[in-house]
Amino acid sequence: MRKIEGLFLTFSAVGSVAILILLVPMILAPLMTDPTQLAEALMDSEISRALSTTFAGASLATLLALIFGVPLAYVMARKDFAFKGLLESLLNIPLTIPHSVAGILVLLAYHSRSSIGSILSNLGIVIEDTLWGIVLAMFFVSSPILISSARAGFSMIDENLEHVARTLGASHYKTFLTVTLPLSLKAIASGAVLTWARAVSEVGALLIVAPYPKSIALLVIERFEAFGLSSAIPITVILLAMSLAIVLILNCVLGR
Amino acid sequence: MSEPEILLELKGLSKSWKEFRIRNVSLEIRRGEYFVVMGPTGAGKTLLLQLIAGIHRPDSGRIILDGIDVTDLPPERRNVGYVPQNYALFPHMTAGENIAYGLRVRGYSKGEADEVVGEISRRLGIEELLDRRVSTLSGGEQQRIALARALAIKPKLLLLDEPLSALDAETREEIREYLRDIRRALGFTAIHVTHDFVEAADLGDRMAVMFGGEILQVGKPIDVMNNPRSEVVASFTGIKNLFRGRVVGRVGELAEIDVGGARIYALTKRGGEVSVAVRPESIIVTLEPVKTSARNLLKGVIREISEKPPLVSLKVEAGIEFTVYVTRNAVEDLNLKEGKNVYLAFKASDVTVF
Repeated sequence: MRKIEGLFLTFSAVGSVAILILLVPMILAPLMTDPTQLAEALMDSEISRALSTTFAGASLATLLALIFGVPLAYVMARKDFAFKGLLESLLNIPLTIPHSVAGILVLLAYHSRSSIGSILSNLGIVIEDTLWGIVLAMFFVSSPILISSARAGFSMIDENLEHVARTLGASHYKTFLTVTLPLSLKAIASGAVLTWARAVSEVGALLIVAPYPKSIALLVIERFEAFGLSSAIPITVILLAMSLAIVLILNCVLGR
Repeated sequence: MSEPEILLELKGLSKSWKEFRIRNVSLEIRRGEYFVVMGPTGAGKTLLLQLIAGIHRPDSGRIILDGIDVTDLPPERRNVGYVPQNYALFPHMTAGENIAYGLRVRGYSKGEADEVVGEISRRLGIEELLDRRVSTLSGGEQQRIALARALAIKPKLLLLDEPLSALDAETREEIREYLRDIRRALGFTAIHVTHDFVEAADLGDRMAVMFGGEILQVGKPIDVMNNPRSEVVASFTGIKNLFRGRVVGRVGELAEIDVGGARIYALTKRGGEVSVAVRPESIIVTLEPVKTSARNLLKGVIREISEKPPLVSLKVEAGIEFTVYVTRNAVEDLNLKEGKNVYLAFKASDVTVF
């Protein structure tokens, strides 16, 4: 039998503690769920409404992140400009601040009586307690993930590929669509999945900007506070199953 | 009306980009010419090619291609083929799709593009590679596909950036012959960048020596070698162990070349009168005729030992006079002295024939 090296043995033993801490709650929750309660939860219209609100918000936030974030990521990967380092740091702030603070920042800048918010209101976009508020708050906290993932993807591509494509007759736009984009699709797709997942799990910013319509993470808190731990378990298990699906999709995207 | 003889004219071209510089480069490339730009790493050779291709804009100066000022035109409007040093084949396409790319973006239908790809791959002998994924191709195969991709658009000018440098010695020789063959068959105008004078001497109709972003000398390789205008040019072009010889026989892939009575074996398909070059650092000195993988083994006598820090230079008479670079340790270990008999060993793949 092949002998396992001492260091790996020790590190595996120590690492098992992390595995235990992480896996026990994930295994325990489904085991403690009453199947009848789970079935009721699946039929619960409030839960399905909250789920569809959350998915709609997260999907729109991800779509906006793709539309605005991917071009930005490309420019940041290919061009040097003044204050680029500062811009990079600023774009990562939403990932590092408490999300309640993120909510305050979003509300402050875009509430309907603010200068930008009033312009948006005239266009029919009000953020307080609307799906638009949910989308904006989700975009604020999650789009930096997509931007940095896409940027890393673009940076990995040999610029000579783009140079050659252009000498062969492709315009800059065509080069982007036929060479750059296909080669960075994996990075962009994995960034999009993570952005979507991060948006789905958002609580803090939504509590401040748009607690209504109710998103699923807020509903878990509400059920827990109103009816105790056991009534929050079925939704928790549903969300857990969805997260597992996301991880599997991500692994598929990354080709593992 | 006949076409003008000058295809490309560079007028006072200057550019600073990252740590590279091009300083006031003026050059004329004739139609149908194979022009080699030679210089050490960092001389600005790649930047010069990229300026001509339109990848960078010059800080000053003009680029006139086929009578048209293309200085401000983007790469896609210049019709210049560019093969970078790493070939830059599109990894998400097959070899055939790579070659067809330029045609497809120019609006050729799939059928039309396939026809051109078929034709060019037949002429370049790469038909069997068309369905292969790029990642499965060897260095030499990638080079051929990259050449085919650049030639498929029928460019006015082909730019080759160190096309042989990433290849092993054997493939390098093969691709060098290949470049010569396809150039003869297709008759394109090319600018080939290299740091190797032998490549320049072998392939170039004319050459330029570039150093520190400037062109120091332009001329036929033989003229540049025989009449270097400066010390710097002389140091780049000075070939040691350059002999004239005659191919007298063949042993498998090897040519047996008679060089002033000595027999040298080399990997080449050439016949008749040839030039033969062996780098001084490729030759191994031994005291006994030891058996190695080196195909060439010549007996000689040391005529002169001189310092060439950090190495030591030996002049060895072996029917013809060889210059050999060895380490100081080797001189001491083998007790090398003037007048001592030695054997010189070098591989057939280390012999350049042109």
